[in-house]
Amino acid sequence: MREIEFDEVVKAVRDIIVHCGTDLPQDTYDALKEAMENEKSLVSKEVIRQILENADIAKDEKRPLCQDTGLAVFFVKVGDEVRIKGGLLRDAINKGTEQGYKDAYLRASTCEPFSRANLKDTVGYNLPAIIHFDIVAGDKIDIEYAAKGGGSENVSRARVFPPAAGKEGIIEYVKEVISDAGGNPCPPITVGVGIGGTFEKACISSKHALFRDIGSVNEDPEMAEMEGNILEEINKLGIGAMGMGGTKTALAVHIESNPCHIASLPVSVNVQCHSSRHTHITI
Amino acid sequence: MANYTLTTPLTSEDTRQLKAGDTVLLNGTIYTARDAAHKRLVELLEKGEELPFDIEGSVIYFVGPTPPKPGDPIGSAGPTTSYRMDSYSPTMLQYGSKGMIGKGKRNQVVKDACKEYDGIYFGATGGAGALLGKKITSAEVIAYPELGPEAVRKITVKDFPVTVINDTYGNDLYQMGREQYEVKD
Ligand code: SF4
Repeated sequence: MREIEFDEVVKAVRDIIVHCGTDLPQDTYDALKEAMENEKSLVSKEVIRQILENADIAKDEKRPLCQDTGLAVFFVKVGDEVRIKGGLLRDAINKGTEQGYKDAYLRASTCEPFSRANLKDTVGYNLPAIIHFDIVAGDKIDIEYAAKGGGSENVSRARVFPPAAGKEGIIEYVKEVISDAGGNPCPPITVGVGIGGTFEKACISSKHALFRDIGSVNEDPEMAEMEGNILEEINKLGIGAMGMGGTKTALAVHIESNPCHIASLPVSVNVQCHSSRHTHITI
Repeated sequence: MANYTLTTPLTSEDTRQLKAGDTVLLNGTIYTARDAAHKRLVELLEKGEELPFDIEGSVIYFVGPTPPKPGDPIGSAGPTTSYRMDSYSPTMLQYGSKGMIGKGKRNQVVKDACKEYDGIYFGATGGAGALLGKKITSAEVIAYPELGPEAVRKITVKDFPVTVINDTYGNDLYQMGREQYEVKD
């Protein structure tokens, strides 16, 4: 059984949060650059130019990319031959989150749902983090992290369709969600689509789909083809960067699909804004 | 589509020349407020009480910045989604405010109020918080410090880049832009 010090996890989590707050990942930067080059609308082109300039400033001067520094979301795979010495893994992730958000001057955006009171002084600075655990074979801990902003989360939706809806029903639904969202989720966006499983499985899959690098190819050729079809349909909507009209509304569509109940076809659409702050480490 | 450089406070003359799609570099003093602050400001107006700033010709920026790093006036400061202010903005315009900066579409009531009171809804690039924060040269909390990032701040901006979304003639860039680039099968 491998042992990992509690503080090592805290530091690793802190470091990725600090890094993601100011450094746009390369996959997103490259995709935005390509979008800028191909965008037909001059207004949208200028918006994407500002987004890229913003990324350069943020990186060089270590300023947060966006003032909405999100809720911290983690997908954690814990090897069955590893244990944390000196505390719980969940606590270590939360502690690292708090330290990272404080050290990088990121905004604490977590609040109580009804009073809307910010929880920074009671529960902790931008705590609790949203953590999805999985147990796998091995002696490592694999952590995927993203800072998830509110603007794009607010337009996300899920629905359980009858099986007859099929692929066409899903494509129509995704189009409808993105069309209604317009410029609110800060396009150019990435669209995560979770298909199948149960209601909550579809939602979690749609979130996890957003952690995949833009430009990567879905291992399932059928899903890869569907991703391409949906992307084309979305870009026909004309929403453009920040909704100002244009041909590059989405940078990518990522699908995760799961086996589901014979009676149902759950579908979830989770939207990620252009400020796609995500990374992946293994301890 | 034209480019303008304007200094606050804005007058009807300033706002009436602008058309949806124009770009503007804003200079001068503007005020920050999100929903929690708007609620309080509108309550004051409805009770006939004084606001913590002069509303005449004012431009309100919908933003909740990150905490400033030591030595900086403000942290990252890009726009937040504006529809949450839809129920308050018409009152602000009615009492003399002339501009709003945010992101995302507004409802018809806000668009009508822009027409009636010579108001402009400007869009700033969402997610460009580092770039926009740098255009802010001073910031001071003038009301509701207990709201944290949502407190009302008086900020000075220099060449702050915005695009006219809703003008005083009822035009909407979000609709116009989309119609222009929508591909119908
Ligand atoms: S949607 Fe994304 S880019 Fe836009 S304000 Fe929110 S976090 Fe920032």
